[in-house]
Amino acid sequence: MSEASPVKAYALHAGVIAFLFVLSFVLPAYYHGLLARILVLAVFAMGYNMLFGYVGLLSLGHAMFFSVGLYGAGLAVIHLGWSVPLAFLGGIACGAALAVVIGLLALRTTGVAFMIVTMMFAQVFYLVILYFASWTGGDQGMVVPQPARVLTFGATSLDLTDPTVRYMTALVLFSVVLLITLAIVRSRYGRVLVAIRENEERTRMLGYNTFSNKLAAIVVSGAICAASGAAYALLFGYVGSSFASVQYSILPLLWVLLGGAATTLGPLIGTLFMYYVTDVTSAYTSAYLLIVGIALIALVLFFPKGILGSLRQRWLGWLP
Amino acid sequence: MTDKNGFFDLSTTGLTRRTALKGLAAGAGLAVAPGFVRYAQAQSSAPIKIGFQSHRTGIGAAYGRWYEKTTAAAVKAINAAGGINGRQVEVIIEDDGTDPGRGAEMVGKFATQHKTDIVFGTLFSHVVIGSAPAAGENKMPYFVVSEGHHVASTKLNRYVFQPGITDVKSQIQSMAPWIAGNVGKKVTMIYPDFAFGYDHRDYLPPALKAQGADVIAQIAIPPTESSFTKYFPQIPAETEVIYHVMVGPAVLTFVKELGEFYGSNRPQLFGFIDSLEATDINSPGLEFLDGSHFWEGSPRYAQPDDSDAQKAYRAAVGIDDNGAAVGDAKDVSTAAHMFGCWETLYVVKKAMEDAGYKGPEDRAKLVEATEALTAFAEGPEHPQGPKTFNGKIHQCFGIQNISKVEGGKLKVVHKTKIEDGLYEAEGDYTTQAL
Amino acid sequence: MHFGPHLLLAALEGLVTSAVLALTALGLSLVFGVMRVVNVAHGEFFMLGAVLAWAITTAIGGHPALGFLAALVISPLIVGGIALVAERLVLRRLDYNPEATIVATIGMLYIIQQLALTFYGPEARPVEPPFTYRILLPWFGYSGYKLSVIATSALLLVATWLVLTRTRIGLVMRATQYDSETAQAFGIPVDRVYGGVFALGAVLAAIAAVLIVPISQAHYLMGQDPLLLSFIVVIIGGLGSLRGTIVAALLIGMSDGIISMFFSPTLAKIIATLLVAMVLVFRPQGLFGTAAR
Repeated sequence: MSEASPVKAYALHAGVIAFLFVLSFVLPAYYHGLLARILVLAVFAMGYNMLFGYVGLLSLGHAMFFSVGLYGAGLAVIHLGWSVPLAFLGGIACGAALAVVIGLLALRTTGVAFMIVTMMFAQVFYLVILYFASWTGGDQGMVVPQPARVLTFGATSLDLTDPTVRYMTALVLFSVVLLITLAIVRSRYGRVLVAIRENEERTRMLGYNTFSNKLAAIVVSGAICAASGAAYALLFGYVGSSFASVQYSILPLLWVLLGGAATTLGPLIGTLFMYYVTDVTSAYTSAYLLIVGIALIALVLFFPKGILGSLRQRWLGWLP
Repeated sequence: MTDKNGFFDLSTTGLTRRTALKGLAAGAGLAVAPGFVRYAQAQSSAPIKIGFQSHRTGIGAAYGRWYEKTTAAAVKAINAAGGINGRQVEVIIEDDGTDPGRGAEMVGKFATQHKTDIVFGTLFSHVVIGSAPAAGENKMPYFVVSEGHHVASTKLNRYVFQPGITDVKSQIQSMAPWIAGNVGKKVTMIYPDFAFGYDHRDYLPPALKAQGADVIAQIAIPPTESSFTKYFPQIPAETEVIYHVMVGPAVLTFVKELGEFYGSNRPQLFGFIDSLEATDINSPGLEFLDGSHFWEGSPRYAQPDDSDAQKAYRAAVGIDDNGAAVGDAKDVSTAAHMFGCWETLYVVKKAMEDAGYKGPEDRAKLVEATEALTAFAEGPEHPQGPKTFNGKIHQCFGIQNISKVEGGKLKVVHKTKIEDGLYEAEGDYTTQAL
Repeated sequence: MHFGPHLLLAALEGLVTSAVLALTALGLSLVFGVMRVVNVAHGEFFMLGAVLAWAITTAIGGHPALGFLAALVISPLIVGGIALVAERLVLRRLDYNPEATIVATIGMLYIIQQLALTFYGPEARPVEPPFTYRILLPWFGYSGYKLSVIATSALLLVATWLVLTRTRIGLVMRATQYDSETAQAFGIPVDRVYGGVFALGAVLAAIAAVLIVPISQAHYLMGQDPLLLSFIVVIIGGLGSLRGTIVAALLIGMSDGIISMFFSPTLAKIIATLLVAMVLVFRPQGLFGTAAR
């Protein structure tokens, strides 16, 4: 969080985005497709990092924000026949609205109680999806029809099922969210959030309304996660309740902790790392979960602050 | 571990006891082989690559293992008889973790990294539905062995087929006349409160109604439940038949608790064997099921009137007369479903031969050739029985078995006719673009 | 069935759930309270207990009671040993950092689950109850073993309470929980206390699992639900409060059974979960907890 080198930080982020852009033309087809998925899920992780990394609120229920975007966008296309951009915005709006409600209730608690309350609300959300199975497809989920997954700009139309279009769409979403995160982190508001994380009492005494700042952070975080979910539904064509299960609440936590909490690029690194380890090990053994487990423990033993967090601590103090 | 180069030894032809045992060894090797299986072959033409989306981990793992064994046995038999279009068949396995998101990733991996000719073998419905878009986008023929109604509902896409196992809507419909005629007319249904249960919830009552019987209560049990006794008071006292279709690891509990609740004074029971696949019917607590009836796709226990094809199939897969792995009586198979892997592979073989399939550029031809199929005769390639195939909805229809639990075995007491399970098509895939 | 008998049945079922949940949650509560470690692998220790119970009863054979009693002693000891090793090798070296231990215990979760799948297999396997006595009530039959589970859990809970409140070990643990630095200064071997507490937590989970496994079978994915429910119980009850843990286990076990009498099951789960969440929203320190320090 040092003030020293804004130029360095912006250059780094621009470089990462440019690198990802170039990758689109050199990666083999499989990794190209996989990276598109990772970019979308990294947005989920960035949304999670917003709340966990910068405000220090550990939620175990973020699957509900991801899946409210997923269902908000997916069901709008399936049942209401909305266009892709409208459905995407609808998904984000659902996420923000849900985040306001959850924030108002859950922010009455802190620490472990916050963890459990968010986990329980996510469980309720999961059960609600199952309960309204005639609309949501329940545990089987639903397919977003391929013909509906098209972006139309006047006369030209982009088919989101085309690998290049999909990759570029995912990259645009990722880049926008990355730059938003960077801007927030470097803003006055971002500093207030970190201050709340470090010492909420003192921040309050300095005259900041910590509640409304935290609520705003939850809404931003929820909206970003919902954007990721909405993009997932539209780009990959499937909505299903497994994305609302506890597992998908733990995953972003894992990605963020791996990459480095409170680093802007950590979520991407963590998501990449998890996917890469799973992909490589599953080629050699069906017991790849064992390897993943060992890798996690090794990582946390030797890089306790996550990959980027440890790098920042030891060598790169200027990393945002 | 087995010598991997010995898996598909071409010198052995035909299905003898010896090759059956080797098939078992191959199956066991498959289960531990790292990620995918290769085998030596001296042929010049490249093998046909079949991507097998397997439930190796996650909730479907018990099924996945037996699907792999059956698939290995079928591929061995196909290769021994000269392969497909003179080319050997190679199976590449990826674990989908029984998760729809990962399932879709694996279909992408088969299409773009392994470059397989088709993808095959998925069981759990949510994985099928989650993977279907990826199959359609990659224009990858996707042959599932799931028994869900999703394919026949025509809500998926033109690349998804289910030619090896009858869908659940048809199964239910063909059970109704027998239940109403032989077990009782007042039926209480107990089913899981998720999609698999909804097929039963929606299709059984009208089918029973048509036979003059009634569903008097429907009890949906949440998927997270591990204890069931508290729901039993909702079973009306006048119930003549309890129709149960629970699935998942808690099923044994369900039966045991039903036994504790009713004792010997119970209504008739009719269930789908899905509940007890891979579970020994003689497990402690299951005595309660004695005298009750089950649907079975393919009988678990060897029957006196088994055809030669059925016997050869059982030997090739490596299951004994009790439906357990040869040599390990405790390792009970998923016999009622896994035959679908065997039969699906033979449908793929037939369709590839009809299409003159050469490689991925012929995938559209393969789709059309599969759609052109209409019937499969009973025989070594279709040991479960004859089937018809509806190319418009990509679904096959076969006979079903009703078995009674007697002396710790399942004895087939009734076989349905194919016509019992036919229904009006809900759509037509062939109108979709390829 | 009439309302009265139905309520009785729901209550009995609720009590069984509560009894096992209380034991499992108590283990989590100790680890959480004393070490401030969120042990995500707690459910896997539960699963290991059940799987080992199956292995032990199968190996011993003979009368089911024999194997069961052996399992009740041996299985928790093995699980406790595994937990101790994990604690020494991993958690201690992480200095019990709250975030790092979450990742590490997620890693343990994966490892234990995969090992169970590889060596035990994906099937659900039954363990015979030590005795099969069916209590015949006028309206329905009920498993005598289930009633014995309630009694056994109650006994174990009382025993744990006595250890915590009446013995030196308990005093040391409570002192460490209250303020580990001061405890260290007073010569308490905090490091060894942590190792012991982590093992004890796993032992309690394993005992609960051995008790439940004759009712619901051993399966390699069976750890998730107990983990989530235990978390809820621990927080609702209030951190570090034994009384709170038990009351919360009763509340959650019973509400689950009784609410299901009135609503469709999934709706009942939604309502029950929401109600418990609301308790926490309006009483964040839990029912019996003191305000967070």
